[in-house]
Amino acid sequence: MLSLENITKTTQEWLLTKFSPQMALTIECVIVILLCITLFAVLGLVLVLLERKVAARIQIRLGPNRVGPGGIFQTAADTLKLIMKEGLTPDSADKFLFNLAPFVVMMVAMLLLAPIAFAKNFQIWDINIGVLYISSVSSLSVIGILMAGWASNNKYSLLGAMRSGAQIVSYELSAGFAVLTIVVLTGSLRISDIVASQQNGWWLFKGHIPVIIAFILYIIAVTAETNRAPFDLAEAESELTAGFHTEYSGMKFALFFLAEYINIFIVCAIGATLFLGGWMPLHVGSWVGFNHFMDYIPSSVWFMGKTFFLIFLIMWFRWTFPRLRVDQLLNLEWKYLLPISLFNLLLVTVVAIMGWYF
Amino acid sequence: MYNQTDIIKDTTDLGPDGELVVNMGPQHPATHGVLHLVVTLNGETIKKIEPHLGYIHRSIEKMCESLTYRQFIYVTSRMDYLSSHINNTACALLVEKGMQIEVPERAKVVRTILNELTRIASHELWIGAMAMDLGAFTPFFYAFREREMITDIMEDTCGARLTMNYIVPGGLMYDIHPDFQTKVKAFIKQFKEKVTEYEDLVTGNVIFQSRTKGVGVLTAKDAISYGCTGPVARASGVSCDIRKIAPYDAYDRVQFDEIIETAGDSFARYIVRVKEMNQSIRIIEQLIDNIPEGDFVGKTKNVLKLNKGEFYQRVETARGELGVYIVSEGATTPYRIKFRSPGFSNLSVLDHIAKGSKIGDLMATMGTLDLVIPDIDR
Amino acid sequence: MFLKDYISDVYKGFTSLLKGMRKTGYYFTHSKEIITEQYPDNRATLKLADRFKGEVIMPHDQNNEHTCTGCTACELACPNGTIKIITKFDITPEGKKKKAIDAFIYRLEMCTLCNLCIAACPSDAIKMSPNFEHSVFDRSKLTKILNKPGSKIKEGIE
Repeated sequence: MLSLENITKTTQEWLLTKFSPQMALTIECVIVILLCITLFAVLGLVLVLLERKVAARIQIRLGPNRVGPGGIFQTAADTLKLIMKEGLTPDSADKFLFNLAPFVVMMVAMLLLAPIAFAKNFQIWDINIGVLYISSVSSLSVIGILMAGWASNNKYSLLGAMRSGAQIVSYELSAGFAVLTIVVLTGSLRISDIVASQQNGWWLFKGHIPVIIAFILYIIAVTAETNRAPFDLAEAESELTAGFHTEYSGMKFALFFLAEYINIFIVCAIGATLFLGGWMPLHVGSWVGFNHFMDYIPSSVWFMGKTFFLIFLIMWFRWTFPRLRVDQLLNLEWKYLLPISLFNLLLVTVVAIMGWYF
Repeated sequence: MYNQTDIIKDTTDLGPDGELVVNMGPQHPATHGVLHLVVTLNGETIKKIEPHLGYIHRSIEKMCESLTYRQFIYVTSRMDYLSSHINNTACALLVEKGMQIEVPERAKVVRTILNELTRIASHELWIGAMAMDLGAFTPFFYAFREREMITDIMEDTCGARLTMNYIVPGGLMYDIHPDFQTKVKAFIKQFKEKVTEYEDLVTGNVIFQSRTKGVGVLTAKDAISYGCTGPVARASGVSCDIRKIAPYDAYDRVQFDEIIETAGDSFARYIVRVKEMNQSIRIIEQLIDNIPEGDFVGKTKNVLKLNKGEFYQRVETARGELGVYIVSEGATTPYRIKFRSPGFSNLSVLDHIAKGSKIGDLMATMGTLDLVIPDIDR
Repeated sequence: MFLKDYISDVYKGFTSLLKGMRKTGYYFTHSKEIITEQYPDNRATLKLADRFKGEVIMPHDQNNEHTCTGCTACELACPNGTIKIITKFDITPEGKKKKAIDAFIYRLEMCTLCNLCIAACPSDAIKMSPNFEHSVFDRSKLTKILNKPGSKIKEGIE
């Protein structure tokens, strides 16, 4: 069947027959880079439109439906508009850092694509410290945000960037603990091991209470990490400032905007991999017939379905809840989420040692 | 008086202690209208708020000096446009009091029903706008769905959706639409089903409660001394409902509660308005089945002239007490007319209660004060 | 005691959030609740209320007759001078001079749609029409003459 792992295998074999191994590797790298950039572009288009449509349906109205059938060209029209806008740089801004900041944020998003398994045997880099790589690289995005706030030379941009930075650094702890829960149960940091261990059922169902608590904490923590409502005080304090990207306009603003949506995709992909089984179809214990039937649906469809379900969940949060004030946000993390995640880690260690999971 | 250089210097230089002065400019992403607040901040804490008014001053009071007593009512609809029927009622009552015009029972009852519908519509819009200020974007649309039913009723009967000019001295301009009763009953039924949605989405939400409880506390003494009226004062424990103190139209024959809360914070002001909506439904239910038959307008002369003297009438709009004061010299137009607007006094208390709080609290406080700027600027 | 309060706080907060999500989830899945109208596309089925105040018109019957006597009551009642009536003198068949209107000038750009003119008219000559699409590129088109050319007053109206 035409599956993604077959395509990669045949491409690799064909390349090795034509070129020397180093040349083949270089060409593969170029292909992967092009695919990544395409993925970003397509994802950006799709996610922005999805957000607007989901928002509209929740608000009992139709979303964009004029530009193209069902509004599918709306994002393209918006991108065209943003490209044509004048890209102002403030006079006394630090030009080098000001121009570099959007690219740092984008680069972190791209680096995070490497360990994610999109389908069976379709992973860019199956590093043996996969989960650790994800946690550490995602922390780098704070640098981009602080750069943007500092280089704008605007007191309120800096304030917004500081707040945002504090928020991201705090919530990384809870996200890290939630991820550690799965690592404890699996016993390995490698992504392909984690997915393979969900062969007989997803961790959300297998590891009952500790994993459910970890899942809830993870969802809350990544909503806060990507500066998404209800934790978007840093950017939606539009009464006074627009946060760290106040001074950006035109294409650079589009890059920040795009990077936010790509980040949402990436953290949802990671959440789907860890808690919902990645590309593994829904298998229930030893129901062989059912499992075999589920295997017919291609693994990339499973992966994308789970990721988009989590994306929908995060979008649902945005349109339902009001915003938290900044001190309430940090309060929530340090007084509620962190103690609960510590307790949960203890619980899951006991469960893993005693073998009290399915 | 400020000239251009003074205003620029005032709003961009640093304050005396190195604090920053920021304009929450006349153009708002929020929905309050053209309000210009000059906020002096020390880091994140507010030191002083100074409202600069007058961006929508249209000299309504001066205009009314050249309009006759039948004509000046249309302009009052545009002051506090969310309670336009109530504004019109105030002016009509004043002229009727001054000229001793007899208003038929049918007109009184219909006027009361329309006033209460307007109050509900205004509170619906306020709930939506306030939730939007705090970041919850969806209750706005749900509130507008109910408001749409009310504006449809208004469109059928009065012909317009926002600035209805339907209440005249003597009663109503023309009779109500035949479908009026059925539509109002359908609206009451839908409202009772849907009002629990606000409970789920907004009132019971833990995030909303923690953002409004304890924020912007106004004591009863301060409310009286600043002249606040309406839900702002009632949430601090001051009993000031004009419909109970000096009833007009059909308010003396309906049963309803005056909602008083004692906490004085933003959450109390929110609860007062939500409960007021329920009381308005109660009033409408008592009246809608028994609209008396008869004339819809009393007998008036062709040309209305108030005797020489001073006249004052107060009504309870959705925001507080509106007072209309006319000095008449016996001519066909008033000599001087003055409107005591509820928003003006409510706004004056903003500096007092927001001092020392954070920027994020300012939005919650301003939202619950329910300001409509054309009412303040006239 | 502290632990009990803590856990009950977390539980209460969590359930309140879930209740809110259930409500919005209900609206997401039930698209029948959508009440927006696709305006420019649904002009054929658009129905406004009969009494909707869109603009003032002077209805003419099949013989091109109206009922305006030129008494200028509407011009006096209008608060901001939207209406201006130009009268002329008609010669009746008996040879007497009778006042009739020459032009009923109505400025739509100034009209506040307050309905006072219609309430003041003693012969029901003008009424409000629900037409609301008044956008034009040239402002002078908004100054309308309400009586049609060649029309005259119906018999028997005083």
